[in-house]
Amino acid sequence: MAQETAMTELDKKIVRALQGDFPLVAEPYQVLADQAGVSKEEFLARVKVLEEQKVIRKMGAVLRHREVGFSANVLVAWVVPEARLDEVAQKMAASPSVSHCYDRNTAPDWPYNLYTMVHGHSREECEQIVEELGKECGIEEHTKLYSKKEWKKTSMKYFCE
Amino acid sequence: MKELTSFDKSLLNLLQSNLPVCSHPFAALAEELGTDEQTVLTRLQLLKQEGYLRRIGTFFNSNKLGYKGTLVALRVEPDKIETVAEAINRYPGATHNYEREGRYNLWFTLLTPCIETEKKILDEVEALPGVEDLLNLKANKKYKINVQFKLH
Repeated sequence: MAQETAMTELDKKIVRALQGDFPLVAEPYQVLADQAGVSKEEFLARVKVLEEQKVIRKMGAVLRHREVGFSANVLVAWVVPEARLDEVAQKMAASPSVSHCYDRNTAPDWPYNLYTMVHGHSREECEQIVEELGKECGIEEHTKLYSKKEWKKTSMKYFCE
Repeated sequence: MKELTSFDKSLLNLLQSNLPVCSHPFAALAEELGTDEQTVLTRLQLLKQEGYLRRIGTFFNSNKLGYKGTLVALRVEPDKIETVAEAINRYPGATHNYEREGRYNLWFTLLTPCIETEKKILDEVEALPGVEDLLNLKANKKYKINVQFKLH
């Protein structure tokens, strides 16, 4: 698991400024630096360091998947033998239809240890992708956790407690 | 705006993977797309307004910021699901909360600054009326987090 990186007070200010909506203006970092109360140069230099340290995972956009045609998705929980976990997880993660792939703890009466979020244009396509993934990896036992209702979907606000 | 133009698709494909960290990031994108900064900005403002963009900006590695994350599965009495879901939504660290098909019918992700806070919240959730069972499914390894939809 990723190690914690020591965050200075300046880093926290920068994180707070960056986690809001990115300004769609010619010089967005000027606006964000003003919010954080530092110069644009200092702000940009620190963002580059946070990027190198992989504290920043990605700069860019996430689309609303329904609006761009990916209207179906399913969380699939798989039962993978411990000895094959790494190999199978890497294979599943390599699929462009998989956005998230995590190895998780099991629980009594809950043997599933690998979780993938699969996206498709329809429920039928999702079913087909899941079947192919299982076949390619030689893993049969799984459960498909289709969502029935979205109660909440937000981005985390860090350092606001 | 009904359909994405081929320019929109190129712009969104590029923007999903990499927004350059520099003084004029949209000018850098424009150069790659063979257009100018103002065209990119105007189009992005429209795409955002029309609801195509969930978020544009920075995505952090929560573990590296010192936060602990987990996925929690609950088995909730069907007629209590709404009140339980609403109670969970009130925690700022509960970022995603979905009702799902299956034995465990309510699933949420939880980010907390420390394990003590996580334990306190999970104890509170487990004690909510209607909650019959709770699974704390901690991640051991994250193989992929990359929400990208290639547009053709």
